Amino acid sequence: MPIYKAPVDDTLFLLNDVLHLERYGNLAGFSDVPPDVLAQIIGEAGKICEERLQPLNRSGDAEGCGLDSSGEVTTPAGFKEAYREFVAGGWVGLAVPPEYDGQGLPYTLAVVMNEFASAANMSFAMYPGLTQGALAALLRHGSEEQKRLFAPPMAAGRWTGTMNLTEPQCGTDLGLLTTKASPRADGSYAVTGQKIFISAGEHDLSENIIHLVLARIEGAPAGVKGISLFIVPKYEVNPDGTLGARNAVRCGALEHKMGIHGNATCVMNYDGARGFLVGEPNRGLNAMFVMMNEARLGVAVQGLAQSEVAYQNAASYAKERLQGRALTGAKNAGGGADPIIVHPDIRRGLMEMKAFNEAARGLALATALDSDIAHRSEDAEARQAAEDRLGLLTPVLKGVLTDLGFESAVKAQQIWGGHGYIDENGVGQFVRDARITMIYEGANGIQALDLVGRKLPKDNGRAAMAYFAEVSEFIAHESSDEMKPFVEPLKAALGDLQKATIWLMQNALAKPDNGAGASYDYMHLFGRVALGYTWARIARAALAKKKEAPGDGAWLDTKLTTGQFYMEKMLPETGFRLARITAGVDTLMSLPAEMF
Amino acid sequence: MKVLVPVKRVVDYNVKIRVKPDGSGVDVANVKFSMNPFDEIAVEEAIRLKEAGKATEVVLVTIGPAKADETLRSGMAIGADRGIHVKTDELVEPLAVAKILAKIVAEEAPGLVILGKQAIDDDSNQTGQMLAALLGWGQGTFASKVEITEGSVDVTREVDGGLQTVTLKLPAVVTTDLRLNEPRYASLPNIIKAKKKEVAAKTPADYGVDITPRLEVLKTAEPPARKAGIKVGSVPELLEKLKTAGVL
Repeated sequence: MPIYKAPVDDTLFLLNDVLHLERYGNLAGFSDVPPDVLAQIIGEAGKICEERLQPLNRSGDAEGCGLDSSGEVTTPAGFKEAYREFVAGGWVGLAVPPEYDGQGLPYTLAVVMNEFASAANMSFAMYPGLTQGALAALLRHGSEEQKRLFAPPMAAGRWTGTMNLTEPQCGTDLGLLTTKASPRADGSYAVTGQKIFISAGEHDLSENIIHLVLARIEGAPAGVKGISLFIVPKYEVNPDGTLGARNAVRCGALEHKMGIHGNATCVMNYDGARGFLVGEPNRGLNAMFVMMNEARLGVAVQGLAQSEVAYQNAASYAKERLQGRALTGAKNAGGGADPIIVHPDIRRGLMEMKAFNEAARGLALATALDSDIAHRSEDAEARQAAEDRLGLLTPVLKGVLTDLGFESAVKAQQIWGGHGYIDENGVGQFVRDARITMIYEGANGIQALDLVGRKLPKDNGRAAMAYFAEVSEFIAHESSDEMKPFVEPLKAALGDLQKATIWLMQNALAKPDNGAGASYDYMHLFGRVALGYTWARIARAALAKKKEAPGDGAWLDTKLTTGQFYMEKMLPETGFRLARITAGVDTLMSLPAEMF
Repeated sequence: MKVLVPVKRVVDYNVKIRVKPDGSGVDVANVKFSMNPFDEIAVEEAIRLKEAGKATEVVLVTIGPAKADETLRSGMAIGADRGIHVKTDELVEPLAVAKILAKIVAEEAPGLVILGKQAIDDDSNQTGQMLAALLGWGQGTFASKVEITEGSVDVTREVDGGLQTVTLKLPAVVTTDLRLNEPRYASLPNIIKAKKKEVAAKTPADYGVDITPRLEVLKTAEPPARKAGIKVGSVPELLEKLKTAGVL
C-alpha cells in the first residue's frame, strides 16, 4: 500500500526560516498565526490528510464516480464522510474573510493544505479546491448581494463551486464559446448550452453546487470581448439563503479518464437554467481570470504534490527492495542482496525528485505569500512588486512544476521497476493523476505563451527586470565562502536567462514564431532559475539556522547537500535551454504540413 | 459538573525511539512530541460529555517542561476550556504525578477525572489507580464506554475475559482504553481560539509535593533482535522439532 507523510517540518522551516512569515504581522490574518499556532495548524492539516484522505486514494481510483439516470453523481465510498470531517475543520474557508464566515487566515496556508491534500488524494482535494477558486472570483467580482448569499455557505463547505469554460468546440480558444444567456424579465438570465470537462460538476458531497459559467449574452460581440460570467446554482437560492427549486442544469455524462477517477468530470447541460450575471456584461473573462490565476497556482501545487508522494514511495521502496550489490562492497552482507538505494542510478532518481520537491515547495509558498501581499498589503509599492512577481511566476510555476512533477512520478515508477506498473502497488496512479496537471487550467504550452507573449512584455518588462534585479542583488549580497556553491551556479544560470530574454527582445518582434517557438524552452529556463534562486534562499536559511541551533545539524546538512545537488546536476539545464532558444525556429517551422 | 483531564507530553507514537549508546535512557533530541494518545481519548471523552450537557467545564492539567504548553493547546484546540501547567524539567514518576493531581482535585473539585490508562513513553499504567487511592474515590480503569447517570457513572472496562461494567459513585476516576472513542481533528477556529484560552502556570512546590524520584533506573537497553525462524517441510517434522525443543 502506498504511504504518505505530510512534509510538516519542511513546510514549517520554509515558512519560518526562509520566508519569515512572522514579519508580515501587518497583513490581515497573519497575526493570528504566530509560530506555535502555525505549527499546530500545519500539523493538524497533515494529520487529517494522512489519516483520512490518503487511505481513500487507491480505493477512490479503483471505484471512480457513478452517474444515475436522473443525472445524480455519487463519489467513491468514504468521500462523503471524509468531506464532512474536512469541512468541519474549517479548511475550505481558511483564507476567506471572516465577514463571509471564513477563517481569514493567510492564503499561503491554504496553499500548504492544498499540497498536503493533493498529495494524499488529488481527486478528493479538487472538490474543495474548486470551491476556493470560485469563491475567489465571486468575492472579487460579485455584487454585495451575491457575496452575502453565496459566499458563506461555500466558505463553510456546505456548497461547492465549479468553473465552466470548456465546450466541445471551444477549449483553449475561448472566443469560440457559444453557450448563450438570454435576459429574463426579473433581471436574471436563462443560460443554455453544453459545457464539458467540468471537474466536480455534479456529486453528492454538498447540499448545493454553485457553477460559475461563461456564456454570451444575446447580441454580444463575437470573440472574447463578448463573454460574460454567470452564477448558476444547482438548486435555486431563496433571498433568505434557503434552497429552492432544482435549476435546469444537469450532468449528462461522466468522462472516462486516464486518472483522477475519484473526481467527477462532467458534461454539464444547461437548458434555460436561471443564472445571475457576475460583474459587468462582456467582462466575464476578466472575472474568470481571477479564478484561473488562483487555480493555476493550485495546479502547480498539484504537480509538486504528486511528485512528493511519488518520491516518498520510491524512497521507502529503495530502502527495502534487495537487488544487486553496491559497487563499493556489500552493504547488507547478511542478506542475499543490498537495498537498491545503494545504486547510483537509483540515487539519481531519488535526488532529482527530492531536490525538485523541496525547492518547488519553497517557490510555491513564496508565490502564495506574494498573493497575500498583493491582496492584503496597505503599502502600494509592496503590493505592486508582489503582484508583478505573482503574474510573472504563475505561468512558470504551472508549466514547470507540473512538467517536473509528472517526471518525478515516472521516476518513482521506474525505481519500482515492474512492480511500479502493477496497479495494486499504487505507484502508477501517481503517474496517471499527475498527467492531467500538465493539461488542464491552460495546457503548459499555453502557459509558455502567456509568459513570453503577455507577462514578459507587460509594462515594458517591469516585472521581469525587477525579478532579475532581485536575484542579482541576492547573488551580490551573499558572497561568503559557504554560499559560493549556490550563488556561483545561480549567477551563471541567471546569465543564461538574461541572454535568452535579450534574444527574445531582438528576435520575437520581427518574427513572432521566434517568440512562440522559444517559449517552452524559455519557461523551463526561467523555472530552473527560479528553483535555483529558491535553493539559494533555502541554503542561506539553513546556514543561519545551523549557527543558532546546531542540534538540527543532520537535517540542515541534508538540505545543503540536496541544494548543492540541484546546483550541480539540475540547474545546468539552463545552458541547454539557451542553446535551443538561440537556434531559432527555422528547422522547427520550415517543413510543409503535408510532410507530417 | 467539572471534568479534569490530566495529559502528558510524550514522544510521538510514530517516532522510532532509540536508546542512547551509553544506556542512560532514550534519545529524545530533535524528536517529535505530541499528546499521549490515551490522553487524547480522555480529552475527547470529556468534550463529548460537555457537548451532551453532562459536563459544564473541561479543565486540562499537564506536568512537565515549558514545551508541554503545546500539549495543553492541542487539547484546548479540540475543545477543552482551560489548562493548568505544572512546570518542571525533572522526571516525574506516577506517584508524584498522582500526588500533584490529588492537590489540584482538592482545589478544582471536579466531578470526574478522566485520564489515559497509561502513557506510551514509560507504560507505567499507575497514575489513575494511585490517584483514586489517594482521593479515596472509585476507579474505572481501561474504559471502553462511559455513561454518566444521576450521581454515578457506568464504566465498561476492557478486561482479559471480555467486558466488565462497574458503577461508580461520583466523583470518580476513569482511565481510558483505545476503543473508548476516536478523537476528532482540531478545527481551525478552535486552534486559533486555543491560543487565547487561560493556562495557569504552577510548580510542584505550589502544591507542596516532593517529586524526587523514588525509583532508580539501572540501565535502558534495546530489546534483543528477533532471531530468524526456520521453515519445516511437514507436520511430523514440526512435531519432531517441538519435541526436541522440549515444548511437547
